Amino acid sequence: MTHLHDDKIKFLEEKALEIRKSIIESLVEAKSGHTAGPLGMADIFTAFYFHILKQDPKNPTWEDRDRVVLSNGHICPVLYAVMAHSGYFPVEELKTLRKFGSRLQGHPHREYLPMLETSSGPLGQGLSQAVGMALVDRLDRGQNSNRTVYCFLGDGELNEGQVWEAAMLAGREKLHNLVAIVDRNNIQIDGFTENIMPLEPLADKWKAFGWHVLEIDGHNMSAIVDAVDEARAIFEKPSVIIAHTIPGMGVDVFEFDYKWHGNPPNKDQGANAMAELRTLGGQIASEHE
Amino acid sequence: MNLNPKLFDADVEQAPIRQGFGEGLVIAGRADERVVAMCCDLTESTKMDAFAREFPNRFFEMGIMEQSAASVASGMAAMGKVPFVSSYAMFSPGRNWEQIRTTICYNNRPVKIAGSHSGVSVGPDGGTHQAVEDITLTRVIPRMVVITPCDSIEARKATLAMAKTNSPTYIRLAREKTPIITTEDTPFEIGKAQEFFRAENPKVGIIACGSLVYNTLMAAKELETEGVGAVVLNMGTIKPLDRATVIALAKECGAIVTVEEHQIAGGMGSAVAEVLASEHPTRMAFVGVHDKFGQSGTPEELLKHYGMDKDAIIQAVKSLL
Repeated sequence: MTHLHDDKIKFLEEKALEIRKSIIESLVEAKSGHTAGPLGMADIFTAFYFHILKQDPKNPTWEDRDRVVLSNGHICPVLYAVMAHSGYFPVEELKTLRKFGSRLQGHPHREYLPMLETSSGPLGQGLSQAVGMALVDRLDRGQNSNRTVYCFLGDGELNEGQVWEAAMLAGREKLHNLVAIVDRNNIQIDGFTENIMPLEPLADKWKAFGWHVLEIDGHNMSAIVDAVDEARAIFEKPSVIIAHTIPGMGVDVFEFDYKWHGNPPNKDQGANAMAELRTLGGQIASEHE
Repeated sequence: MNLNPKLFDADVEQAPIRQGFGEGLVIAGRADERVVAMCCDLTESTKMDAFAREFPNRFFEMGIMEQSAASVASGMAAMGKVPFVSSYAMFSPGRNWEQIRTTICYNNRPVKIAGSHSGVSVGPDGGTHQAVEDITLTRVIPRMVVITPCDSIEARKATLAMAKTNSPTYIRLAREKTPIITTEDTPFEIGKAQEFFRAENPKVGIIACGSLVYNTLMAAKELETEGVGAVVLNMGTIKPLDRATVIALAKECGAIVTVEEHQIAGGMGSAVAEVLASEHPTRMAFVGVHDKFGQSGTPEELLKHYGMDKDAIIQAVKSLL
C-alpha cells in the first residue's frame, strides 16, 4: 500500500541508524540528557526530515515551509541530529550539546538556534502553539494552504491539562492543516504511564475531542509515511498519529526501561551501544535489501 | 502636560481604563492587519467586543483556557501576527504565568497581554478576582514590557503604542470607572514617566501608577494647601523604568513615596527602590497592599481598608517629612 520504493525505505532506515549513532555520541559527550525518547523517535524524525517535510535547510525561514513544533523538548537530541544531518548546521556541532555557549541548549531555545520554530521543554505547551500556527495559516492562506503544522508530543506529556485545552480548540476549529504525533512509548520519569496516570483509552480520548486518529508502529517507515499521507488527506478534522514506539529502540539495555528516560549513557555504555547499533543494523534496518 | 482642565472639579468625566484599551485595539486593528485578538470568555468585560465585531475573522474566542490562549498567541506571533490576549489579570498573567514566560517571553514573541480587573477596586467579586500581584509577575520576566495606564485615554494611547513594538508586553487594566486625567494632547511614550503635578518648593516626590494616579493628585493638591509641596510623577511604564526621571526626582525632593494598587512586594515601588538604592539612596514610603488578600466591598471601602485612599497617601508623605 505504501508509495515508498524499497530503495527509499532502505535509505531512510540506514539514515535512522546514523541518527541513532549521532544521538548516542552527543549524549556521551554531554554527560547528561535523555536517551530513551530520542532513540525511540529516531525512525519517525528521520522519515520527517528526509522524506516528509516541506523544508529548505539552507533557507530555514522559507514562508512555504511546513512548521514543526517539538512539544516534548527533552527529546531534542533526535531533533538536533536530524537537523544537522539534513543540512541545517554542521554534524560536528552535535558534540556541543548542552555545553556552555552551544546553540544546542539542553532544551531547545530559538534564541540560540533561530531555525527552530519554537523553544520548548516545559511540557504541554507545544500543541497550543501549533494550533496558533495552524489558525494563522488558514487565516492567511485559506482552506487551500499546502503548509502543514506538525506537533510532536510525548505520551507522559498528555498528563498536562493544557494539551487537552489545545485539543479541544483544534477540534472546534477543524484544523485539517494540523497533525499531532504522539510518541506512545509508555514511559515517563517515574515509571510506566499506565501506572503513573493512565492514558488509555487514548485513541478514544482524541476522537472525543474531534480528532481523526491513526495508530502505527513508530519504527516502520512505510507505516509512518502512510499515516502522514492519510492525516494530510483528511479535510474535516485535525489528525493525531499515535506512534507506538520502543523507548531506547536500537540498544538492548536501553529498550523498554524507564530509567533511561532522563539519563545519558556513560563512555563505556556509549561504546557498547555503538557496537550494538552497528551489529544490529541489519535487524532494525531493512528487509528491503 | 495638557491634563484635563476639569481634573480637580467634582464633575470630572469618568470612564473605565479597560474601555480605552478596547478603543485602542480597534484603531490598532484598522492600522495594521497583523493585529489579531483573542479572549477567554470575557470578551465584553475586557472590552474586546468592538474588535470582535469589526474584525470577526481576526478575533478568536479561546473559551476559558488562559494557559492555552497564551501559547496559541505565541504560535500566531510565530506566523507574523501581533496577538492581543485578554482576560482578568488574576488569570492572565496569574494562572498562565509560565506559559507567558516560556512560550512568549523566552521565545521573544510580540504577544500583548491585557489583564483587566486589576487591584482591589474590582470590588464585590472579592479577593479571588482582585489581582494585586500581576506587576510583580510580569516585570520579573526578561523582555517583558509592563504598562499601567492611569486613565481610559492613556490606555488607548498605550494600546496603540504597544501594537507597534516587537516586545512582549503586559498592559494592566481596571474595571471601575475612574476620572479622566489626561487629554488627547497629553504625550504618551513607552518607558517615559511624566510629571502631572508640581507644587512650589517640593519636599516629596510621589510616583504613582494606574488607577491611583487620581487619588495621588488629589492628595498632592490637599498637601499643597497645607503648605507641603510635592511633585507627582505618572509612571505609565513600569518596565523599562524611566530611571533618569526617578533619580532626578529623588535628587530634587530628597524623599519618595510610591503609590500603586498592588502588593508592595515586587511592585512598582520595588522597581523604584531598586533604582534608588543603587543610584541615589533615598528615604521612601510605599502605598500599596501590605501582604494581604482582597475581599468584597465597594472600591472606596476597599481602598480605605487597605490603605490606598487619598488620606493614606497624605499620611505616607507626612511620614517622610
